[in-house]
Order: sequence, then C-alpha cells, then structure tokens
Amino acid sequence: MSQVNLQVPDVAIREIRLNSITGFQGSAEELVQRSRCGLKDKNRSFSQCLGCSVSQAACMVILIQDAAVISHGPVGCSSCYHEYAFTYRVNSPLRGVEKPTQRKIFSTNLQETDTVYGGAQKLADGIREVHQRTRPNAVFVLTTCAAGIIGDDTESVCKEAELELQIPVVAIFCEGFRSKVWTTGFDASYHGIARKLIKPARKRRTDVINVINFWGSDIFSEWFAAFGVKPNYITPYSTVESLAWSSEAIATVQACPTLGSYLGAALEQEYGVPEIKAAPPYGVAQTDRWFRALGRTLHQEERAEELIAAKKAEYLPKIAALRQKLQRKTAFVTAGAGHGHALLSILSELGLQAKGAALFHHDPLYDNGSEESDLLAQRVKDYGDVPNFNICNKQEFELVNTLNRLRPDVLLARHGGMTLWGSKLGIPSLLIGDEHFSMGYEGILRYGERILETIENDEFVKNLAKHAVNPYTKWWLSQEPDTFLDGSPCE
Amino acid sequence: MSGIIEQERYTCAIGALQSVVAIPKAVPILHSGPGCGTMIQGFFERSTGYAGGSTSPCTNFSEREVVFGGIQRLRQIITNTYKVLDTDLQVVLTGCTAGIVGDDVASLVEEFRGEGRPIVAVETPGFKCNNFEAHSLVVNAIIDQYVGLFHDQNPVRSEKNTVNLFASLPYQDPFWKGNLGEYKRLLEGFGLKVHVLFGPKSEGISEWKEIPRANFNVLVSPWYGQPIAEHLEERYGQPYTWFPHIPIGANESERFLRQVLNFAVEQGADIDEAVAVEFIRREREAYCQEIDNLAVFLLEFRYGLPNHVHILHDAGYVLGLSKFLLHEVGIIPKEQFIVDNTPEKFQEQIKAELKTASDKRDIPLIFEPDAGKAQDAIRELSHSGRGLIIGSGWDKELAKEKHDDFLSAAAPSPYRLVLTTNYAGFSGGLRVIEDIYGAVLATYR
Repeated sequence: MSQVNLQVPDVAIREIRLNSITGFQGSAEELVQRSRCGLKDKNRSFSQCLGCSVSQAACMVILIQDAAVISHGPVGCSSCYHEYAFTYRVNSPLRGVEKPTQRKIFSTNLQETDTVYGGAQKLADGIREVHQRTRPNAVFVLTTCAAGIIGDDTESVCKEAELELQIPVVAIFCEGFRSKVWTTGFDASYHGIARKLIKPARKRRTDVINVINFWGSDIFSEWFAAFGVKPNYITPYSTVESLAWSSEAIATVQACPTLGSYLGAALEQEYGVPEIKAAPPYGVAQTDRWFRALGRTLHQEERAEELIAAKKAEYLPKIAALRQKLQRKTAFVTAGAGHGHALLSILSELGLQAKGAALFHHDPLYDNGSEESDLLAQRVKDYGDVPNFNICNKQEFELVNTLNRLRPDVLLARHGGMTLWGSKLGIPSLLIGDEHFSMGYEGILRYGERILETIENDEFVKNLAKHAVNPYTKWWLSQEPDTFLDGSPCE
Repeated sequence: MSGIIEQERYTCAIGALQSVVAIPKAVPILHSGPGCGTMIQGFFERSTGYAGGSTSPCTNFSEREVVFGGIQRLRQIITNTYKVLDTDLQVVLTGCTAGIVGDDVASLVEEFRGEGRPIVAVETPGFKCNNFEAHSLVVNAIIDQYVGLFHDQNPVRSEKNTVNLFASLPYQDPFWKGNLGEYKRLLEGFGLKVHVLFGPKSEGISEWKEIPRANFNVLVSPWYGQPIAEHLEERYGQPYTWFPHIPIGANESERFLRQVLNFAVEQGADIDEAVAVEFIRREREAYCQEIDNLAVFLLEFRYGLPNHVHILHDAGYVLGLSKFLLHEVGIIPKEQFIVDNTPEKFQEQIKAELKTASDKRDIPLIFEPDAGKAQDAIRELSHSGRGLIIGSGWDKELAKEKHDDFLSAAAPSPYRLVLTTNYAGFSGGLRVIEDIYGAVLATYR
C-alpha cells in the first residue's frame, strides 16, 4: 500500500504516488468526495510559469547546517538559491543558530559540449572539489532537466564519491519536467535523506518529537515543554548528525502535511517512528484534535486536556471579541495545498466568509493514507463547504480572473507574488510567510488581528489600484476562469 | 571557465528573458521546463515588469513533451497568449528541454509572423551561454525578425542626430534603469536623440522600429553587447563608438561625453560644439562643487573611513568603480575580481584598460566566474587600514567575516532595493559616494 520505497534511487512523483492533481474547478466538498473515488487531473491549453521541483528540493537541503549542495545542470538551475542563503542567515535566531555559516552552493555549470558527451565526469570532479573546498558532513546533488535528459548516471557517480570520501553523497532526483506538482521536490529530498542519512535507531528517546517544517517561528518548544518533550526540527537548521538520529524520536508531527508527507511516512515505515496523523493545529476544532492526539502518543491524555482547557479559557474570549469585528467580511485564499486548507479553517473560526480559494495542487490523501491528516476534509466537516474552489498551480491568469469576479474584502495568500493581484484590484491582501504564525488557539487570534489590520489599513491598496498596470485583456477578464481547463473529472 | 562554480553572479542564457521584460509592453514566452521562469525571477527579485515573472506564458515541459516534442504545446500557448495578454511584442525563448529535444521553434514562430504577429524566436537553452551573452542574442533576434519588417518607414541612417545606445544589461545591472536614463539625459544635452530601447525612458516598440534611422551607435561596455553593435554595423552600416566601461564620476563621464561628441561630429551630426562643451563644463562644475564641499569629510573624519577596496562585479563596474574610487574618492583599489565569465578574447583589453587607471600603481585583476573562489582569495588577503567590499548580497557575509564595510551593488542581492538610482555619469559618482559613506556612517551607533 505504502509508496515509500527506499530501495530505488528516485522517488515516485506525486501524480503517480498519491494521484495528486493540479487542475480542478468546483467546490471544496466536491473535491473531497472525488478524492475518494479516483480523482482525475485536467490540463490547461494556456499556462504560465510554474514552480519547479528543484527549488523545493533545494530548500530542504541547503538549510541543513553542515552540508554542501551541488546543482548538476547549467548555471541557471541554481539561480534562486541565494534566496535560501538569505533565509538561513535571517531566520537563524529563531532556531538558536548563533553563528550562521555561509551556505555552500555550487553548480556543475553544464555547457553545450556536456550535453553531447555527458556531464558525469564533471560531476565526479566537482564533488571532490566541493569536498576539498568546504569539508562538509554531507553533499547533496540535485539533478536538473538537462542532466536528466542527457542521461547522466548521477546515482553511480554519487555512490563512488561516497565510498571514496566517506561522507554521505546523496543524489536527489528532482528534474522539473517530471512533475507538475512541485512539492514532489520535497519528497525527492526526503527520499534521499531517508535513504542515505537517517540511521537505524540505537534507542528510543521519549523526550524528542520530530517536527517536519520549513523555517518558521519556534512555537513547538513551548507546547511540547508542557509534556516534557522537545522538538527536533527537520530539515532546515538540523545537522547531518541530528537528522541521522531523527529515527530515535518518540513521534513525528507535521507543520504542513503536504510538505512532510513522504518523510513522515518513511520515518514510520522504515525507522519505526510513529507519525501523529492528526492534521496540524489550525482552527479550534483541529487544535483540540491535535493536542489530544499528542497526549495519546505521549500517554499524557490528562495533561493534554488541561492544556486545552487552559488555552481555551485564555484565548476563546479574545477570539470571540475579534470575531465581532470580522463578522460577515469575505475572504479569498490562495496558497499551497496544506496551508491553504489551514487558512480556510482559520477564517471561518474568525467569522469571515470564504468566497473561494485557489490552491496550487491537491493530494487526495497523503503518504500515510490516513483521512485524519486530510486538512481539507476536516475543514469541510468543521465549517462547511467552500465555493469557487480552484486547483491551479500558480496560474496567475485564473487567479486574476477569479478575484476580479469575486471581489472579496480581503485576500489571504501564502507564496510570493499573488498579493500583487489583490492589491491591483484594490483588495486588501495579506501574506504571512511564517506557517507557524497561525497555529493553535493563540494563532487564530494573531492571524485575526493581522486580517483586521489589513482590512482597516487599505489606503495603500486603494491608491495602488488607481494606477495599476494590467496586462490581461478585457476579453479574458470577461470569460469564465476555467475556460482553458479541459478534460473531465470522475463522476 | 566551464568547471564547477560556486555563488554564480549571473544566470544562464534564458535569463535574457529579462531583456524582453525591460521593453515596455513586451512579453517573454518560455518554451522551457517549469522552473526556468521562477529561477530567473528568484535570481533578480522584484523583476516582474509588465508581463514577466508569474505572468509569462510557459509551455512547462513535462515528460510528454520531452519524449514527443513540444511544438504543438507551444502553438497552443502562443495562440492563447494573444487572447489572454495585451502585448506589443512577443519573444519566444527556449530552455534546455526544448534545446535538447530539438523543437523547430523558428519555423513555428515564422508561421505566426506570417499572420502579421509581432513575434520573435531566440534559442536560449541554459547550457549555451550565460545571460551576459544571451542578451545580445535576444536583441539581435528582435532586430532581424521584428525591426527588419519596418524598413520602409525607417530609412537607414536617415537621422543624423539619432543614436542607439547599448550599455547596461537590464536587471543584471541593478542600476540599469537609472543608468540608461542618465546616458540619455547627458547625450541629449548635446542635441542628440537617444534610443535607449529598454526601461521607462524608452518609447517601447516604436523606438525599436526606428533603430535603422540612427546615424551611429554608442556601446558602453567592457565586452557584452558588442555583438549587437557589430551586427548593426553589418546590417545597416551604422558605425559605433565603444567606451570600455560604465563611466562613474567626473573624469570618465567627461571622457565618455567627449568621445561621443567627437564621433558624432565625425559622423556629420548637426551639433553645435561650443554648446556641447559648455554643457559638459556645467555638469562637471556642479559635480566639483559637491566634491569640494565633501573633501574635508573625506580627509578629516577621525573615527575611521575605508582606505582600500575589493570589488566583485562585472568587468564594466570593476573598471569604472576602480578608476573612480582611486582618483575621485581616495579609496585605493586592491585586488579586483571580475565575476562575469568574460570571454578570453576580451580579457587582455580589459586588463590594459585598468592599467590606464594609474601610471604609478598596478591594480591586481583576477577573472574568476567562481565567486566562491574569489571570496576565498579575499579571505587570504590582508591590507592595512579599514577595508571596503563592493559586490553582491553573497559578499555581505564575507565583509562581516573580515570586519570590512560593505556596499551591495551587484546581482544577486536580497540586501538592497534599487529602483531608478544611477551609478553612471557625474551624478552617479555622487550617488556611489553617498552609498559608501552612508553605509560607513551607519556603523556608528
């Protein structure tokens, strides 16, 4: 049943492994129902630049403290990685890294002749040079479209280098053309990490829980402290050593189920670390469930109930007061799959009405196969349906069209670039990058305050809208948003 | 040159899609893998323009196109681009996937052109060259496939006082908008009409159509962009005058203006030389007043100012900044690093140009596209006094390690916002001074 297979070098893409899709127009409830009966994807006859698996794969390895990363491809395929070097430096205080070291990022810089004669030798030489120059505790090699199509045997090159250098040299297969679901890149890195870095547990540590996450604020330390445990944040800011022993943790939780799906399942299946299946704690109902699941796993059910009661006593009245101010406002959400579902739960909790959503892809179920982890299903169950539910892999033209029709009071986004279009239409738009910001009962309050502030302080967007440049044609803005979406979903 | 490199300071050929984004109302259409556009957007940041970034149409190669070819997909995307986006010029750029698969993009684009569409195709697979070189490929393709259609209305060399200017690379030069605007302002001070072709000071495609009318071309560059000037000379018989780097500050700006002035007169432009000379004098005077006023600070500030500099930049900035800082600011250029992957055939003339900076000192110059290596070299160096590093965002960490002052002036840099600031010209020199000492003074709290 499980699609985790660490025997092979490359991970199966999400379209095949999970039946994930990138094209859908309908309602949230419809999508959840169809997800249980063989969801079919739809293609587009117009498309704009997508994200790419390599960037997702890259961020999960570049931010490992003591590793070096090589992009095996032309120089352009690692062009945006300087942004992760910035992230590493800027967010290091959140994870107690006092002296963030420079990120070590290389490109094999493939040339035209390499596409004819192959780039394997260059990679082999490159790995040795990187080892000599940076003395890393592991080297990650990310493949690219060019390296993939010319057929370089990256796996063998890495194996040989590993034997010679006596450090893990991990090939990560994340060529962009292989998948339309760029979160496949996360899976690719996790697959490499689970295959080559993680070691069988020497013992079980009852005081550590793995948290698979990006690089958000450290909220888990405080929550876990109440249970006498500590978070082991993976993979950003972890070390090669701390990753290796993530196999010894008592459990794994997900900050975002679509992010950590594969690693959570691999840790459970291959290393015996149970994954807490409850979807992350966004919204009151789901936060209750999550703390209870945590309590069960740690055999501290009573502690969990105490904590839930105390936090609710503190935060629910404040949330209720805030709800008065936000009642009947309308919102539209655009984000990646997991976090988008979370935001939809939170806005209902705050009394806002969800007018629709545009999320980048949809996984019918995650690698653990558990319906408990399906944040969207929980959202529909807890708060009802969401109309105008669009799955589009960052197809800006569909978003602009939809926003122009729906004109919500506020646009809630996560993933850069999308707030621009809310603002151009004069819609107050909010992006919170830190995915931990809105977690838990306190997170609802924090996020709600930001929504209120965004709606109240609308002078900037109103002014921006007056002079906004719009490259979209009048014809397009008067069509239905799914005009270029074809195929038919399962009935 | 073709080995592994760390911390690339440029991107691959398809990065020249930003040269399309820089043309008002033009749109790049990518026939490439899904990530190419995002990578380029991530490299330059805040570089979306009218229809770049997430707005750009893209075929997003999948396994199917890799196996069966992507021409049908591209036809569909181009057809629908006309329905969805309102643009004046479309430039199709290919990525590695299309390049290796061997799609015949040129023929397809020609079909659309046959239907009267203003559309151009360029091969820019990432493995072909970097964006410094691909910029010329893009510009020459537009000249051949688009500008060439309007020869009837635009007789060759029909305007004596009109010039086409090729200088800053859009986005790769963080100050491109300001620089192009300043070159235009300065040359218009002589009575020339200047086509800058990119950015807000360009008239967009109407200006491109009039490229043939120009009497001559002005190339301000150490090496990149030269194939454009060569191509125009061959195609329209337009000669060009070549200034070897960005002119920063009074000395080089004046030298630049005099060079163009002399060339314009030689080419029979209708210019009143006395007026032009007076214009240059006034520009210089305004500049000198500022330096005069500033000199006391530069000479006397007792709490510490940098006395030497390492620059990691493209050849044009390394030359321009080195000369400027040495003669007009009093900061001594020590080892300098050119990180733009300068082709070998241009390296000797660039070295020779730097030698003209001083007859009493030798400024060590290293061509090193592997900027990680350049940084390692700087780590090993030690000079007395307070150091300054001018480079990209990557070098902020290096400067911190060395306790040097730092100015972010090269791509990529997440640490600095640049809108329409110029470093070229007299005013550009003053701005460099403001930026350096602004950063220095900010260290005093």
